[in-house]
Amino acid sequence: MAVKVEIPSPLRELTGGLTEVSVSGTTVRAALDDLVRQYPTLGPKLFEGGKVRPYINIFVNDEDVRYLDDLQTAVAAGQVIAVIPAVAGG
Amino acid sequence: MPALDFSTGLRCRVCGKLYPKDAINFCKDDFGPLEVDYDYPAIARTITRAKVEKRPKTMWRYRELLPITGEPTVGPQVGGTPLVRGDRLADALGVRNLWIKNDAVNFPTLSFKDRVVSVALSKAREFGMKTVGCASTGNLANSVAANGAAAGLETYILIPASLERSKILGTSVFGSNVVAVDGTYDEVNRLCTQIALKYGWGFVNVNLRPYYAEGSKTFGYEIAEDLGWRFPQHVVCPMAGGALIGKIHKAFGELNSVGLVTQPNTCKMYGAQATGCNPISDAVKTNKERHKPVRKPDTICKSLAIGDPADGYFAAKLIRETGGWAEDVTDEEIIEGISLLARTEGIFAETAGGATVAVARKLIEQGRLPRGEEIVLCITGNGLKTLDALYEAIEAPVQIKPALAEFESLFAGREPIAA
Repeated sequence: MAVKVEIPSPLRELTGGLTEVSVSGTTVRAALDDLVRQYPTLGPKLFEGGKVRPYINIFVNDEDVRYLDDLQTAVAAGQVIAVIPAVAGG
Repeated sequence: MPALDFSTGLRCRVCGKLYPKDAINFCKDDFGPLEVDYDYPAIARTITRAKVEKRPKTMWRYRELLPITGEPTVGPQVGGTPLVRGDRLADALGVRNLWIKNDAVNFPTLSFKDRVVSVALSKAREFGMKTVGCASTGNLANSVAANGAAAGLETYILIPASLERSKILGTSVFGSNVVAVDGTYDEVNRLCTQIALKYGWGFVNVNLRPYYAEGSKTFGYEIAEDLGWRFPQHVVCPMAGGALIGKIHKAFGELNSVGLVTQPNTCKMYGAQATGCNPISDAVKTNKERHKPVRKPDTICKSLAIGDPADGYFAAKLIRETGGWAEDVTDEEIIEGISLLARTEGIFAETAGGATVAVARKLIEQGRLPRGEEIVLCITGNGLKTLDALYEAIEAPVQIKPALAEFESLFAGREPIAA
């Protein structure tokens, strides 16, 4: 079983409509790199200068990676990485 | 009122890309926040002080500067709250010129959130939405529930399970689908984003957020109009998501742009937070460009308990650029702030108001707020909603039997009137 990345609806036009993409990798960084390898047009949407854009939050099994090890957070088969727009609330 | 919509679209605050007026809150290129864009020269050609002053005293008298197409269909009576001269509080704080903008008496749910909800739900109806919702620390929950009920909309309201009982009750009473989530506000907020993206419902602070946030500007227009169409030198504002402080300053700038106020907008903006959840004031005080999120907020001031504020970056930047400052205060200081405002001005504010008063006091003592200049304190919610924070702190009344002698034993030495 691979790691899954949940694709938010605004980006699904770049994944051929897929809501979830299976990726490989043992860290969030590696998993997202594999996602971008499969769907290169996602790269500039998610990253700027090698860093995740400031208005995107990344979650592993519903926990914000900024409270874990950020992009170095370990991921294992069966876990879900969610990419979620950060501009909400207040 | 003429049905005039001067908004031209939604503009990304990061890259400037313009989007059509849809239910969307972020840029598809960089996920930056979208903000309503207006044709200010066109507004300037039509709006006048006389026109505004002739309209009913509600937030909708500034109709041209709000982003709806038809007449407001939700909350047409919202706003128009008092700007109170605070001389007794000024004496207590050792300043000369103090005002209190009192949204603790905003209609219908006693907080400034009725302003944002009135715009967001009017817009939701324009979009043909039947189901709306929000993530909330309490005040927004009350407002979406009440205004949604009055508009006949189905409402889904998600809150942290740890909210004050009165804020939960004051939401459920309106017949909303209230969901108490076992988690922090930021977790509730993330869940709402997932729900909004999946179901397409109108979440006022998610996909309707650009419109919603504009409602806060009316807090600023009212301050300026009630001061006689001019700006104060200093505004102290509570910060949760960090949007209100920015919208008050934006409102002042717009009054310049459309010619209603000619005085340049040099108002300094000051932000108030609780020490138990202070990502924005910490960013200002430690000169961080971007705030460090607070994972587990710990304060009685639940309405400000947003650990990862969406407008944190913009609020800190604004505070720096205007020459203001930010501070945070302990729970004890918040309760002292509530008491001080109540005992000097007869205004019962919720915990966020206590934080605002206490931060103002701290900034005055630090010399950051000048004692001789004009200061406006923003009171955004009502104390009756946060009684939980006060039961232990406020002394219970003395209890006596219904006998004159018992009363007199309490207040011995008072002279009776002459027989």
